[in-house]
Amino acid sequence: MNTPNLEDMGCGTSSATKDKKSEKALKAALVIQNWYRGYSARLKTRQRYALTIFQSIEYADEQGQLQLSNFFSFMLENYTNVPEKEPGLVTRLFGSSIQDKDRQDYLGLIEIPDSYCGPRLQFPLTFTDIDLLIEAFKQQQILHAYYVLEVLFETKKVLQQMPNFTHTNTSPSKEITICGDLHGKLDDLFLIFYKNGLPSVTNPYVFNGDFVDRGKNSMEILMILFVSFLVYPNDLHLNRGNHEDFMMNMRYGFTKEILHKYKLHGKKILQILEEVYTWLPIGTIIDNEVLVIHGGISESTDLNLLHRIERNKMRSVLMPPIPMDGDRAEKKNKLGTATVALGIRTSGSFSEQLTKQEWEQVIDILWSDPRGKRGCYPNTNRGGGCYFGPDITSKILNKYQLKMLVRSHECKPEGYEICHDGKVITVFSASNYYEEGSNRGAYIRMSSGTTPRFFQYQITKATCFRPLYQRVNAIESSAIRMLKERMISRKTDLIRAFQLQDRNKSGKLSMGQWAFSMENVLGLNLPWRSLSSHLVTTDKDGNIDYMSGFQDVHIQKPVKEVQSSLIETVYRYRSDLQIIFNIIDSDHSGLISMEEFRSMWRLFKSHYSVHIDDSQFDELAERMDLNKDGSIDFNEFLKAFYVVHKFDQLNKSDTKLA
Amino acid sequence: MPSSRGSLRPRDGPASLMSPPLAEVAVAEFHKKIKEAFEVFDHESNNTVDVREVGTIIRSLGCCPSEGELHDLIAEVEEEEPTGYIRFEKFLPVMTEVLLERRYRPIPEDILLRAFEVLDPAKRGFLSKDELIKYMTEEGEPFSQEEMEEMLSAAIDPESNSIHYKDYITMMVIDEN
Repeated sequence: MNTPNLEDMGCGTSSATKDKKSEKALKAALVIQNWYRGYSARLKTRQRYALTIFQSIEYADEQGQLQLSNFFSFMLENYTNVPEKEPGLVTRLFGSSIQDKDRQDYLGLIEIPDSYCGPRLQFPLTFTDIDLLIEAFKQQQILHAYYVLEVLFETKKVLQQMPNFTHTNTSPSKEITICGDLHGKLDDLFLIFYKNGLPSVTNPYVFNGDFVDRGKNSMEILMILFVSFLVYPNDLHLNRGNHEDFMMNMRYGFTKEILHKYKLHGKKILQILEEVYTWLPIGTIIDNEVLVIHGGISESTDLNLLHRIERNKMRSVLMPPIPMDGDRAEKKNKLGTATVALGIRTSGSFSEQLTKQEWEQVIDILWSDPRGKRGCYPNTNRGGGCYFGPDITSKILNKYQLKMLVRSHECKPEGYEICHDGKVITVFSASNYYEEGSNRGAYIRMSSGTTPRFFQYQITKATCFRPLYQRVNAIESSAIRMLKERMISRKTDLIRAFQLQDRNKSGKLSMGQWAFSMENVLGLNLPWRSLSSHLVTTDKDGNIDYMSGFQDVHIQKPVKEVQSSLIETVYRYRSDLQIIFNIIDSDHSGLISMEEFRSMWRLFKSHYSVHIDDSQFDELAERMDLNKDGSIDFNEFLKAFYVVHKFDQLNKSDTKLA
Repeated sequence: MPSSRGSLRPRDGPASLMSPPLAEVAVAEFHKKIKEAFEVFDHESNNTVDVREVGTIIRSLGCCPSEGELHDLIAEVEEEEPTGYIRFEKFLPVMTEVLLERRYRPIPEDILLRAFEVLDPAKRGFLSKDELIKYMTEEGEPFSQEEMEEMLSAAIDPESNSIHYKDYITMMVIDEN
């Protein structure tokens, strides 16, 4: 018997209303859903744009960084023009700094005061020391310099025994975990250990480089990793990243962190650290199938050669081997004479560098990025290494009978990314790398014969996530700030480019003209049309008032009378200048002499073709009243150049990448 | 993405002596806009995007197709044998036409408000969390669980467990502008 249907029972009018009602509801729901999906898509796109901005600027900065090595070569070539007070610089760049540092020389002179209540390590180290450190660091304690140095010496000693590539095996019951860049973000490391367990004989790890720089706990991460390595040298594997490089640290924050946390013994730590880095293995090979390296490969990657080289001769990406072939004999003699004149120990110093080919092989491993385009191209964004396509991956993997490449080096929104047909995995373990909410972190667990498993996470300061639109707003504002600072640092060049196109001097350009000029001068490969609404004002005809881009930002003038162009130039190159100053200041005192300051500036000027009067620069230095007995505190000098955002709560430029 | 930095040769130069007709300029500008939006999602820099991101790209260009309309659009830009990827060469002409014809215009604010009011016949000024979930996940083109959670996180007032739709709309509109 059929149960009667309300609608069949002749409730004519009410069923018609019901239908009409539900039709209206349906339509209303459709409207809301349609609107919401549009809104949500636009949010995600804004998030993507912000990440693109961060990434473009980061890579452009890296490129600028690498161009410094040209400058250093230039400086050395022009050495004889520089007054004799430059020995510090030359020794740093050219002379061998490896007088075997005696452990006792360093440790013997350091005393741990009774008042020290930080963690105390017991050598030989055991797993209790790992726990001890973690607990101490969670309470923001600082490990005493004595222990830092002990750990560094021990780590170097053990690393020296290890080959260039660590070979390790897994089994179904013993998976291995691979982590990517941590960049000083201690909370991410704590989270990984919490989720995945501490390293042990049954829980092996590979840390794939870039442990330091940018984040504020690079030292703590390094200590935990090195101590864990010393306790489990066969189960905790460390690969060198492009930031395990003393010169990169000068620019990207680790050097500063060390000198700040260790005011008394920081210099010693920096010296030993420089060497420890060079002994870090180049990569790890798992089950003879999976190659784990920090950056990538190139079409000429030769694993056999890389197994053989003396890896510790790779001091820094900014110190390429000095050419020694026949037609450069004259140059070599010039340098040779100069160094002899300074009494620098040069015997055998030329043989203490890698060959050009070997050096480039290592650079490729540490700096390359995979891309979809076939072939191998110079990595113009970063200025080092190359872009390698899926065909290169196949070729190299096949050549050495490998199945997969696991690498890091690039921040990915989801913490990991698979490309090249499943053959290349990028894993990145620093969540919120650019900004709170910018990306997740991830790690991989794998064992022979099984598919790798990915684990993602994201650190958040709040107890619950802010809604998506607030997070997107935050990273978007941060990205736009950064972009505006970039614009202001190139203001003169940009205005020139705009005016070139503005034939009738109207102050306006079409969207196409504006976008073209922006890309031509800044070269960041950004979606300018989509970003224009954040950067400039547009009139009702769609034309852009190009000067409006500079309206609410300006560079603080430390001295009123000095020309804007000089201020702009110093601001623009301040990161490069920071490195150069740090190198000249070989004893890390924070001070260099006025002489050194002037002569360095002159060299810098001529190499970078900067057209500023010497007298202007001198005036600036003197006016800033930074002379302390004829020396200049260069950190104070550089800090005085910052960008002011008119409508901003924060007044000082807060660039996270510097 | 590899850039052609270091080359001062312009990729497309400024206007030539004779200004091209307005329509051509408009199309050229659309092309550039579409290329920009596409490239942001072209993770491997090989002129393809994952088909699952096409909806986002189209919407980021200011269009608001329904899920059904989106489905049709994707069919137009997909390969004969779908690969899971959409190539730029196929995407560009289709999207250009969409922009030129001003298809899939976004919903005006007042219509959106009316839609909420329809779902709130008692004119309370709000919808309860359960009501919103019911309508969004059972009617029309239902939300996925992820979409629902996302909307709730911003829309719901945790104290009353309801969405005051007028305030919500105002907030979203301000955010977009």
